[in-house]
Amino acid sequence: MVNRRSLMAGVVLATFLALPAWAQEKSIVVASTTSTENSGLFGYILPKFEAASGIKVKVVAVGTGQAIKLAKNGDADVLFVHHRPSEEKFVAEGLGVKRFDVMYNNFVLVGPKSDPAGVRGMTDAPAALAKVAAAKAVFASRGDDSGTHKKERGLWKIAKVDVEAASGQWYRETGSGMGATLNTASGLGAYALADRGTWLSFANKGDLEIAVEGDRRLFNPYGVILVNPGKHAHVKAMEGQAFIDWLVSDAGQKAIGEYKINGLQLFFPNAKKMGS
Amino acid sequence: MNDLTAAFGLALQMLLTLDADLTEIVGLSLRVSFTAVGLAALLGLPLGAAVALYRFPGRRVLAVLLNAFMGLPPVVVGLVVYLMLSRSGPLGVLGLLFTPGAMIVAQCLLVLPIIAALSAQTVADLREEYDEQLRSLAAGPLQRLVTLLWDGRFSLLTAILAGFGRAIAEVGAVMIVGGNIAHSTRVMTTAIALETSKGDLALALGLGIVLIALAVTVNLLALGLRDVARPQYA
Repeated sequence: MVNRRSLMAGVVLATFLALPAWAQEKSIVVASTTSTENSGLFGYILPKFEAASGIKVKVVAVGTGQAIKLAKNGDADVLFVHHRPSEEKFVAEGLGVKRFDVMYNNFVLVGPKSDPAGVRGMTDAPAALAKVAAAKAVFASRGDDSGTHKKERGLWKIAKVDVEAASGQWYRETGSGMGATLNTASGLGAYALADRGTWLSFANKGDLEIAVEGDRRLFNPYGVILVNPGKHAHVKAMEGQAFIDWLVSDAGQKAIGEYKINGLQLFFPNAKKMGS
Repeated sequence: MNDLTAAFGLALQMLLTLDADLTEIVGLSLRVSFTAVGLAALLGLPLGAAVALYRFPGRRVLAVLLNAFMGLPPVVVGLVVYLMLSRSGPLGVLGLLFTPGAMIVAQCLLVLPIIAALSAQTVADLREEYDEQLRSLAAGPLQRLVTLLWDGRFSLLTAILAGFGRAIAEVGAVMIVGGNIAHSTRVMTTAIALETSKGDLALALGLGIVLIALAVTVNLLALGLRDVARPQYA
């Protein structure tokens, strides 16, 4: 019986040790944001890339802050996020090779139909936020150091509102992803800053609608960066760069522009033409 | 209310049509959790029995720790395993992060204290009952451990099922170390979290219903097997 037990142990252990073999196919890990995954963009464009290249793309969708941390630790081959200052810092520190423009959309301020702060139709985002603060209308913040959260903090700063002081009162930090924060906003009847892609594809809008849009300060550019193989030797530089090259190529840009929900385009390709 | 009824419809539809994405996710959930629980049982059953039977320094501390760790927060286990398996961590060279292997390691750590603590209790109870017999046989320490584990195998099944329940239901650890990668490390619980964050509450709940059905089926099968092996309990 002891023998049978140790035999079983051997079998299970062997299975366990053979596990890494599951990941033997040609693949890269892309650390990206929840907006690209939750909006369905990756579900649409990745099969096209995989068919063209034979490289499987594994997306870990987290907030921009966590995605950068993953890439910094060498746990991803490619970083695909949306907070330009952080991206430029990532490259400047030698953690990434080079930043490429890929696409953009914009942020929108959403809020309940009743519009307690009276901001609907405004096109000056910081001024609208100042009105939300003045009315002490509930605002649901990501509070997770994501690209959207960093953008929101920047807008509050322009509006000269100290949200730190209001945290837990009318300013609610959910500490979670875009969709979860929209769920909270929908439940609380709160205002929230959302990227248009996630907003359009979000299925539980409830009483929420777009209150403020069209401010050029709500511009939301996405960049893609290869993690520096000089820092982490295991980074799959060839496959990772192949993915980046495809994203900025005509085929990749076309695929991004084609992705629509209910006839509405979510992301606008803006890669610089090669050689320019 | 609408989402609730829609969820049952969706769950039924996914089950009846054997939705390809669903079977893939269910398959991975089962493979990861079964392997994790299997490994945890191989380590946890002898460990629990040893705590119940042997006198050794630190035994009481170990017993307390095992009981306390039954309540380990999955997200903390996930974080620790991430830091170990990260390319910048001590075991980074294995390249296990964001693979099912990493998820198995995390779930195994989560389940091990549950199986060990519960089996310690079971074996301790049996020891009282068998004490005289074992003494009359002059059984050695290893033989006592093996005998009691074997004779308690039907009760120990409960400990293993408790561990399985924990493994199949947790989301915090597999989310961090698996990454919820589509067609690679996405399991039932992380898929539910994803659909919730997409605002598709009906689909999320539908997946939840499938998960619960799955857990019930596994438990029924396990108890059915026990009853076949031990007919007087059928």
